[in-house]
Amino acid sequence: MAQQSEIRYLTPLSVDVKKKKYCRFKRSGIKYVDYKDPEFLKKFLNEQGKILPRRITGTSLKFQRRVAQAVKRARHLALLPYVTDLMK
Amino acid sequence: MNHYETVFILTPVLSDAQMKEAVEKFTKVLADNGATIVNEENWGLRKLAYPIQKKSTGFYTLVEFDADPKAIKKLETAYRRDERVLRFLTFRLDKYAAEYAAKRRSLKASKSNAPKEVKED
Repeated sequence: MAQQSEIRYLTPLSVDVKKKKYCRFKRSGIKYVDYKDPEFLKKFLNEQGKILPRRITGTSLKFQRRVAQAVKRARHLALLPYVTDLMK
Repeated sequence: MNHYETVFILTPVLSDAQMKEAVEKFTKVLADNGATIVNEENWGLRKLAYPIQKKSTGFYTLVEFDADPKAIKKLETAYRRDERVLRFLTFRLDKYAAEYAAKRRSLKASKSNAPKEVKED
């Protein structure tokens, strides 16, 4: 029994507790993703201006499609860039 | 009579008078085709996220209106013919979008007339 406790790791085992992802739209009751305010849409883009996948943002499929549609419209109107570096 | 909203970008080279005249031209095109304009905002000169036709800034205007689908065709041909318009987007508002737009308008109205009240007190 003593050996087990003697096993010491150089760095403590960091088992990251799996945070339950939730869809922010369902939770906050937002029904419509507005393509006209880029600040809100930027939360769903990474540094290069690409749309973040659902597995990272945790949004539901229905709202991910709306976000993607809104981002593409914002890009068309030059409110959001198609590609950039270090946007945030 | 669907509910629409259109955003278009005018080239920054224009003077103020030309810009107003261009906006009026499009609102007139809408009015001629039996559209009732609900709201009109201009966001003024804004920096574009990427250069369009070698220009990096543009004059944004938003027009919210109710119209028949036929009017949209005419509106868009008017946009395509006018070379001052860099880019345009027409969008049909569904139930939630209309609610959102109404809320946004009331928010803007309350914000715009708030300072007036301060002056009166």
